[in-house]
This record gives sequence, C-alpha cells and structure tokens, in this order.
Amino acid sequence: MSAALGVAVAVAAVLILVGAVLAIVRAERGPSMLDRTVALDIVVTCLVAAVALYASLERRADVVPILVVLSLVGFIGSVTIARFAAVEPEDARRVRTREEVAAEDEARLRAELAEAAAREVPDATEDDELVGDPAAPEDDQPAGDPAARGSDDGGAR
Amino acid sequence: MTAAAWSTVADVASIVLMLGGAFLCFAAGVGVLRFRDLLARMHAATKPQVLGLVLVLAGLALRLRSGGAVWALVLVVVFQLLTAPVAAHLVGRAGYRTGKVSPGVLAVDELTAELDRRHGMPADDEDGGSGADIG
Repeated sequence: MSAALGVAVAVAAVLILVGAVLAIVRAERGPSMLDRTVALDIVVTCLVAAVALYASLERRADVVPILVVLSLVGFIGSVTIARFAAVEPEDARRVRTREEVAAEDEARLRAELAEAAAREVPDATEDDELVGDPAAPEDDQPAGDPAARGSDDGGAR
Repeated sequence: MTAAAWSTVADVASIVLMLGGAFLCFAAGVGVLRFRDLLARMHAATKPQVLGLVLVLAGLALRLRSGGAVWALVLVVVFQLLTAPVAAHLVGRAGYRTGKVSPGVLAVDELTAELDRRHGMPADDEDGGSGADIG
C-alpha cells in the first residue's frame, strides 16, 4: 500500500516537473511577450501543484498560505504584462548577437550623421572627426571589429 | 467500515486526484510548447489553471482533513476561478491589439467586424497586418 503510494507521488512529481520544464522552454522561445506570460502562468500553476503535492505527502497544513500567495502573484504578473504589451517588430522577437548590435548602433549613428550633415553645411574635417569617433569603443570587441570597420568604410566614403 | 478504512479510502482518492492534476500540468506544458499561435497556447494553459488546480487542491483537502486548511483551499479555488478569466481576457485583448491574432485561423471573429462597423472603415486588417507590415 505504502509502496504504491510512493510510486504514485513520484509519478505525479515527474509529470509536474516535465510540464514546468516544457513551459519554461516555451517561455525561452516565446515569439512574443504574451506567449512568455502564458508560459510563466503555467510554471506558477505547476509550482502550486508541486507545493500541494508536498503538503499532502507530509500532511502539512501550514504551507497552505503559500498556495494562496502563489495564485495571487501569478494573477498580478500576467495582468501587468498584458496591460503594457506593445506592438513588437519582428526583429525584436529574438536576442541579437553582439555583432548585430554593433552594426545597428553604427547604422543609427550614420543616420544621425547624415541628418546632421543635411542640416548644417558639410565640413570635411568635422565629418572625419565624427566618423572616427564610434570606431574607438569598438576596439575592445575584436569579433565585431573587422566587419563593422569594413562596412563603415564602404558606407561612409 | 472503520475509521482507519475510511482514512485509507480518502488517501487513495487524494493521490488519484493529485495524479489527475499533475497530468493536466504535463498536458499544459506539452500544449504550450507545441501549439502554433497565442490563442491556442492560452487554450492549453487554461487546463491546469482551473481543472488541474481544483483536482490538486481537492486531493490536498482529502489528505489534510482539517477545517481551517480546507477553507483556505476553497478560498484559493474561488480566487482562481475569479481571476483566471480576467487574466485570459486581458492577454487575449492585448494579443489582438498587438497583432498576435491572425483572422485567418479564427472560426468566429465578431470583434473585427464590430470594430470595422464602429470606425466606419472597410474590412482592412488593421490588426492582423500590422505585425507583418512592420517586419
């Protein structure tokens, strides 16, 4: 009897654990913030189930307030994220690499330079100084350096 | 039957209910990972949030069998029944407004027609197309 009970508790624990891990995988992949919210809701529910399983295994009534608090926190989290959801561009759905961030920064800086050049009278020495400026902080990341410098030369001159 | 026998029956029923709730957690994990879009994932996520929680907490109540703890568990279930629809409504609304819901996969779509009627605009997909336009 007791052995069967132990097996049943172990099976339930494994099911809850696998469910939570699958939900965490979705939260990591999740194309949008709302998918992550839904996945993290499932993680919180799995946590509630796990705490309840523990309480029933040990016959402990004093962990019941934890269940109340967990259900409250899950609700507040999902409502907050849904309230502030915004339209995300397709590119924002994944984490950029270091090189892509460097290239984006460079493109934005070049756009600002072009805007400034269009506003003022183009000056050769000032332009050189401004273009040479962003290359200085890039020296500490050698991976993105050659590509960034190459596109800089090709685009600006 | 004696009290000890009833206690055993309650314990067995408790673990059966716990197994049901744990299986619903597992099913929700599979569904949220495998389903294609936001609304399908929300559908999968609802299972352990309501039925799974009711099963698990009923199992816990059968095991604890003390008045105060059982009332606290009833409070958790009532609170979850009140808040889960609100949270799902807000997530679905935010998903619709930010273009996560494509009208092509919906069997019934009353909101798009209603919005078009109110704004007096043609049925151009301002919701489904915005994400694609930006990308």
